[in-house]
Amino acid sequence: MIDRVDLWLTIIALGLGSFGLRFVFLGIIGDRALPEWVLRHLRYTAVAVLPALVAPLVVWPQAAGGEPDPARMGAAIVALVVGLTTGRVIAAILAGFAALYGFLWLLG
Amino acid sequence: MTTTPQAAYWQGFRDGLPFLLVIMPFSVLFGVVATEAGLNVLEALTFSVVVIAGAAQFTALHLLQNDTPTLIVILSALAVNLRMAMYSASLTPHLGAAPIWQRALVAYFTVDQSYALSIVTFDKRKDWGVAQKVAYFFGTVTPICPMWYLMTIVGALIGSTIPPEFALDFALPITFIAMIAPMLRSVPHLIAAGASVTGSLLLAGLPLNMGLLLAAVIGMAAGAQAEVWMSRKTGETA
Repeated sequence: MIDRVDLWLTIIALGLGSFGLRFVFLGIIGDRALPEWVLRHLRYTAVAVLPALVAPLVVWPQAAGGEPDPARMGAAIVALVVGLTTGRVIAAILAGFAALYGFLWLLG
Repeated sequence: MTTTPQAAYWQGFRDGLPFLLVIMPFSVLFGVVATEAGLNVLEALTFSVVVIAGAAQFTALHLLQNDTPTLIVILSALAVNLRMAMYSASLTPHLGAAPIWQRALVAYFTVDQSYALSIVTFDKRKDWGVAQKVAYFFGTVTPICPMWYLMTIVGALIGSTIPPEFALDFALPITFIAMIAPMLRSVPHLIAAGASVTGSLLLAGLPLNMGLLLAAVIGMAAGAQAEVWMSRKTGETA
């Protein structure tokens, strides 16, 4: 059983900390100009953070006991290929889920 | 042709709508997991409203259940959320000129989906001013964030596990991949993503999710460096 003091401490600290992280640049820097080299790095924020977040989840999915799982790997590849070729987020999501359930059914 | 802030808001709203497919099951799942961990509906809801970041919420809940020291729980979950600081920095050139109260609201509502949609659209719509960009941002969160709260309640009320056959654990990876793939529109973007994937897999063993952050920094540096090389090659200035 989670201790109630620990739980509320976590919720409050995590809430304040998360807001701080989200506000730090937007709030403090505002419309002051950033140097070109900083902007150049910032252009790649999304394509650097999200893949790093996802890659371990694809290769070692918790639901498959942390072992590589062909169905999930296949679904990830389908979503990636459809996203790359069509450029459409929703098409890639739908294709990814269709592939996931298809592979799970075929391989299950 | 100029876009009114109202039109930008509704465009953001429409662009945000499809993400309900992802947000809703993910949020239900958090409610379910929270209930299984012994949280009541109010506690689960407060968690979602105050923190409003799925990955960090799951991390914190998971560690709390394993009797991890509270300070480590908080630091680990904040490490998962450190990408929000990068999002904040990345949105600053676009939204930094907005009034402080708007920036505070934008900060609270900065989640993976609103960030990803906004940055893609802002890069395309060079003609938009700060009013259109702020309106678009709030448009994207209008369908997403209330549903995030609401579905946590639903999940907490359901209380029993969704059958594992639905493989909802994989909703997050599929969505994020689908969001990233269309952004890989230039060689530097591909290099940044490739370096970040390689880095995150090689550094996955590091404690406190430091592997994620290091891999993100490696990816950003790789993309920026590739851009410099390519602009030298073609003789253009970046």
